[in-house]
Amino acid sequence: MPNSTLDKAKKGNPFIVVKLPSGNIKSQLIRLGIAEGDTLKCIQRLPGGTIVVQKNRQEIAVGFDLAKKIHVIIQ
Amino acid sequence: MKTDNLVSLDKDKIITPYTTLIKPKELQKVVLVGNPNVGKSCFFNFMSGMYVDVSNFPGTTVSITKSHFQGNDVYDTPGIYGVGSFNDEEKVARDIILSADVILNVVNALNLDRDLFLTLQLIDMGKKVSVLLNFSDELKKRKIKIDTKKLSDLLGVEVYQTAAVDKLGFDQIGEAVNSARVGKQELDLHFLLNQVMEKSVPQSDALLILEGDEAIAQKNNVLCGTADERERIYINRRNRVNEIVDLVEYEDSKKGEIFNHLGRLCLNPVTGIPILLFMLVLMYFFIGDLVSQRVVNFTENKIGKDLFEYNIKSFTGNYTPVYVDVKVLDNNGSVINNKTFNFPSGINANPTLQKEFSEFSKQNGAQSNFNFQNPFVKIFFGEFGVITMTVTYLLFLLLPLVIGFYFVMALLEDSGYLPRLATMLDRSFNKIGLNGKAVIPIMLGFGCITMANITTRMLGSEREKSIVTAILQFVIPCSAQLAVIAALLSGAGFAPMILYISVILTVLLVLSTVLNKMLPGESSPLLIDLPMIRFPRMSNVFKKTFFRSFGFMKEASFWFFIGALAVGIMEVSGILLVWQDVLAPFTTTWLKLPKEAANAFVMGMVRRDFGAAGLFHMNLSIMQKTVSIITITLFVPCIASFVVMLKERGWKEGMMIWFGTWIAAFLVGGIVAQIVI
Ligand SMILES: Nc1nc2c(ncn2[C@@H]2O[C@H](COP(=O)(O)OP(=O)(O)OP(=O)(O)O)[C@@H](O)[C@H]2O)c(=O)[nH]1
Ligand SMILES: [Mg+2]
Repeated sequence: MPNSTLDKAKKGNPFIVVKLPSGNIKSQLIRLGIAEGDTLKCIQRLPGGTIVVQKNRQEIAVGFDLAKKIHVIIQ
Repeated sequence: MKTDNLVSLDKDKIITPYTTLIKPKELQKVVLVGNPNVGKSCFFNFMSGMYVDVSNFPGTTVSITKSHFQGNDVYDTPGIYGVGSFNDEEKVARDIILSADVILNVVNALNLDRDLFLTLQLIDMGKKVSVLLNFSDELKKRKIKIDTKKLSDLLGVEVYQTAAVDKLGFDQIGEAVNSARVGKQELDLHFLLNQVMEKSVPQSDALLILEGDEAIAQKNNVLCGTADERERIYINRRNRVNEIVDLVEYEDSKKGEIFNHLGRLCLNPVTGIPILLFMLVLMYFFIGDLVSQRVVNFTENKIGKDLFEYNIKSFTGNYTPVYVDVKVLDNNGSVINNKTFNFPSGINANPTLQKEFSEFSKQNGAQSNFNFQNPFVKIFFGEFGVITMTVTYLLFLLLPLVIGFYFVMALLEDSGYLPRLATMLDRSFNKIGLNGKAVIPIMLGFGCITMANITTRMLGSEREKSIVTAILQFVIPCSAQLAVIAALLSGAGFAPMILYISVILTVLLVLSTVLNKMLPGESSPLLIDLPMIRFPRMSNVFKKTFFRSFGFMKEASFWFFIGALAVGIMEVSGILLVWQDVLAPFTTTWLKLPKEAANAFVMGMVRRDFGAAGLFHMNLSIMQKTVSIITITLFVPCIASFVVMLKERGWKEGMMIWFGTWIAAFLVGGIVAQIVI
């Protein structure tokens, strides 16, 4: 599937991060281990759109408004 | 980029063997640094012999604690994902890191790829570092191997395997401090750093300046790096981290996946909501039923009133004029017998009546009400007596309940559930201008508002901090207050409880919606890492419950005695009656309570629970009780949280909230009274 945003991911979808929103939030995401080019997995999509992603052994919850701004390729 | 690039510029200068670096017996500043929730505070507790909170959610520690370790100063710091100034905790941690002599970098071995980012940054700062590779017990469980020798070579600093919860590797901490040294830095970065350092800027400051930290640039009077530059350095560092992890970590089986099964169930709405409801019901039975009814009935009535107060009052009555009303109640609480004993010159002076009184007042269901004639005796031993009432309330009513609440909170904090609750509630919280993270300070508020006021620091923006601080002062009852509320409403059935909860929730919604509309700016989006969910460690739970209950008693006792003394003096001198009469039209017609309820508001300004406790003596109908606890809940926070709030949020905001609570309390309390009474 071509370019999409993280809020569209469904439970169980692996995805590649294509573009992060710019600014401080990008630096914060890179520190946490989410960088452009990484492959992650969506492990839960809550009603309303809060997304829980997994990178290696780490689980991170991402709010809907932020997920909308993260461009990904869902596989 | 290959790892060969990870060389040091000048071997002799940078990687000096540690033995030559130790300053002879000079006090060193040892700072524990690491990502959130990696066990820094566990190490600090061990090293200092002090107690700071350890919980299983990121953001437990929000300020610096200092102590001593083997002749050095040691500091506990808030968890950070990198050194910088994205939020207040980071700024606090950054400043202490900049001035550190030795950094003990605590790392969660399960999340090496996340945690090493900070490690490399600390090394890039040119600080003397030792790495404590924590959570090695979990590594073993999941059959993951980390080559610490290789990791140590790649980083250029010593790496020690530890498991803080099992006290494993604690014997090496002293060595870790002594062997801390400057690690290997990347060539390209070092070139950039040197350009800044030429302007006589220390290396640690230079790195932060390159990464665009304006405050540090200003301090050193040099130009600050751009956001783009920071990004380049960050991406570079992230790549180096990934390479290192690839080289040192081996996973035998992909077992990590199944460990967080329960954690996943908590997040899935289909199972998560039943789990939440189940926990609430369990809590209700534990606190609402077991502790607040059975335990407190026993401690308050049997030990507090019948044993402690009766004996101390009748002992005092031996030497001072008193008349005693004794009522005998049957099992349903109706009076079946009633007698008044008058001892104008003390109980001892009239042996026959004393014997009769003693027999009558010790039968089953007897309640003695001592009326002392001497005003001073009254202040100390009377109905609101500084010694009698205060001790009963503190030790036999509040203490068991507060222990119960703190115990439940500690279980919750240790299980790793709170960040998942934050995730589940995120979208609902978005509607009132918050993100799910706000649930953590709010939940902690049910333990203690004062503590929760400080925890608001973990929130991402000023407006979120303002909204949550207001919510905490207006609507969240702390454990001590909940304790009294639970006791007041016990046995009253569900209707008053539901009325209470829905009124408080409505106020919460209105308050936060208004604030969300009024306050400028934008709230930050949720971004939180979820710790493992696990069975709470009972030793930690008990320890925390003990320290918090102890802290509560220490703080509350003082204000309780002061409050009781003030009310006692007001009562004896007649001021209390004047206050009651002044407020009477308001209390009786607007709130529809007896005029004595005005006492509760005097007391409530000292401590909220104390205010609610003042209601105990009154003969109130169920609905009157409900109205008064609604009013007392919305009323001003206790003195301690008021002071902390002023410190955290400033005078203007603090005073606005404080006066706001007066208005909300009497407005809402009155409206409810007009409807239901
Ligand atoms: N399994 C395991 N758990 C650990 C270990 N060390 C710490 N913990 C747990 O990790 C959690 C976090 O510990 P803390 O000491 O509060 O961590 P912290 O780094 O001070 O956290 P913040 O103050 O939030 O930054 C607690 O629940 C500890 O019991 C360890 O070696 N193994
Ligand atoms: Mg801590």
